Amino acid sequence: MQIWVLNQKKYIALAGGFLIAIAFISGRWIGNVIVAERALIVASVLGAVPIAIQAFQALKVKVVSIDVLVTIAVLGAFLIGEFEESAIVTFLFLFGAYLEMRTLNRTRSAIKNLTEMAPESALKQMSDGLFLESPIEEVDIGDVLLVKTGAKVPVDGTVTSGEGYVNEASITGESMPAAKGPGAQVFAGTILENGTLQVTADRVGEDTTFGKIIELVEEAQDSKSEAERFIDRFSKRYTPAVLVLALVVGLLSRRVDLAITILVLGCPGALVIGVPVSNVAGIGNGARHGILLKGSEVIRNFSRADTFVFDKTGTLTAGNPRVADVQLYTDEPENVFRYLAGVERESDHPLARAITEYNGATDHCSVESTDVMRGEGIVAIADGHRIAVGNAALMERERVPVNGTMQSDIFRFEQSGNTLVMVSVDGELRMLMGIRDLIRPGVKEHLQKLRALNVKSLIVLSGDNQGTVDRVAHEIGLTEAHGHMLPEDKAQYISQLRQQGRIVAFVGDGINDSPSLAQADIGIAMGNGTDIAIETSDVVLMNSDLSRLPHALGLAKAIAGNMMQNIVIAVGVVLFLLVNVFLSEWMNMSVGMLVHEMSILLVIFNGMRLLRYKLR
Amino acid sequence: MKKAVIQLETLTCPSCAQKIESAVKSLEGVETESVNVLFNASKVKLNFDDSKLSAEAIEKMIGTFGYRIIKSQVKDL
Repeated sequence: MQIWVLNQKKYIALAGGFLIAIAFISGRWIGNVIVAERALIVASVLGAVPIAIQAFQALKVKVVSIDVLVTIAVLGAFLIGEFEESAIVTFLFLFGAYLEMRTLNRTRSAIKNLTEMAPESALKQMSDGLFLESPIEEVDIGDVLLVKTGAKVPVDGTVTSGEGYVNEASITGESMPAAKGPGAQVFAGTILENGTLQVTADRVGEDTTFGKIIELVEEAQDSKSEAERFIDRFSKRYTPAVLVLALVVGLLSRRVDLAITILVLGCPGALVIGVPVSNVAGIGNGARHGILLKGSEVIRNFSRADTFVFDKTGTLTAGNPRVADVQLYTDEPENVFRYLAGVERESDHPLARAITEYNGATDHCSVESTDVMRGEGIVAIADGHRIAVGNAALMERERVPVNGTMQSDIFRFEQSGNTLVMVSVDGELRMLMGIRDLIRPGVKEHLQKLRALNVKSLIVLSGDNQGTVDRVAHEIGLTEAHGHMLPEDKAQYISQLRQQGRIVAFVGDGINDSPSLAQADIGIAMGNGTDIAIETSDVVLMNSDLSRLPHALGLAKAIAGNMMQNIVIAVGVVLFLLVNVFLSEWMNMSVGMLVHEMSILLVIFNGMRLLRYKLR
Repeated sequence: MKKAVIQLETLTCPSCAQKIESAVKSLEGVETESVNVLFNASKVKLNFDDSKLSAEAIEKMIGTFGYRIIKSQVKDL
């Protein structure tokens, strides 16, 4: 019964409004006061019922909620015969709640759109080999599923047969469809634009990358920063305190109307809703732009970051080394290349991949043995010859002589900022190779935008040599560059920066950079939605694209600012009302309730502005 | 021990979240520190001892406050 009444709140509000209108027309226009009064009484009682039920339920679990205050206020108004007040207050309260629900729904729309993209059903292969449409809850790990053109991929899994193109924008933000064939990984929530795939499920439901992203955004929206937890504790005390205040004032002044007006003002509504609303709208905006901000505290810290530290390989650079320059000291180049090809095929070092790619389809020699010298290179016996491929340290160890011409060439290579690889055959230096890892396009502009957002230092840390990092720093306008850094060194460096009082954001690719991500005030991972990036960082740039970074920072600052605006509005309104209760004539319960409801809506609308935030 | 994730229709007032939180915490068999009411997502997450308390009882309790339950999932912990 109670539940039914509570579900009719919308209609009760409507009825109340209608009755009040009748009362006004009757009382002011027609002059029939009796009808007017009756209408108001009915409206008050109708409106008071759901509010009283809610108040009662709250008291049962020892919560002094705003319903309690409003119920007492309405009763008070009734007692002193102010039927107009009681009717208007109940109407405003119910109607206000309805408006709040509508606007809050819109604020939360971004996350709603995300959850709606979650797959609901899948074509599961049954024991007879046929595919049957089943609800997603009935899909288990290991099931074979059929995905047709235009359908959502229902699980995280591996393609067993078929081929097609998948739009992975919901996970990576990448708009170019990715080609998938047998053995390829596919993700739940992505759309098969073209082709047909049979997929074995590896992860289902909440365990899929998509499921984790949704859960992350949901948790982030409700994660409370210090300030919000404070407001929560404050409001739990505030409401009973207002009750006491109203009682005291009522007893001291003997004015019931004053007391009940205070009751109505005693709802911290705007304050309690105002801060989370900014959060929700901001995080929703972020999610839509491929940025995951993991919560209110993260946003606050991020908005104050003044130093950005970048990992080089894979973050600032494309992580795709290429051979840029070659210098030969032999009249049998084909042989040297053959030996090189053979040796590099044995290695999966990123530099080896670059070399192999450069070599192309040369035929290679057979390799009898290889010896990897960590930090130096490889020594191999191939076709009876001793081949050494590596850096200067390796050449020294192999006692390879270097003449004047070679020296100046080596110097030239190092100056160019490329990583230098030397190849010797049987103790004679035969080839120099300069390998370059290209900087991602547009990085310079993106980082300059960070400067415009008040970031004082842009620093790169890398395991690469100083020459290379200096070149990178120069090319994209960084303030500092440090090479020869092992992962522990990077974390140590960040720790030092923080001790200097700087607020440090570290940007890395999530897998190798865990210590640094943990040390920094804000860890930003360039994940492409992979689990590791999501777990260990505070902010995730979903498509490994630095272009989102300025938007992320700007958004964080906008959210922090918006929250402050809402707090000011909320507190300002309460002060304004309190002052007027005691000092002015026109303040009464209805006006108080009206202003109160409007302040809540104002705060929600202000928060909603964040949904449309764009970096200029 | 099981984990329940209950999706409610939209919550609008923060005091609603407070009420639900207090009410759920008062149920026998609920692990109080695990109770998390996500106001914005309108979800209630909690761990509970299924030998002392059933998921239906939890849902019923929330229902008496007038909040419609849209979906409810119970997983083993």
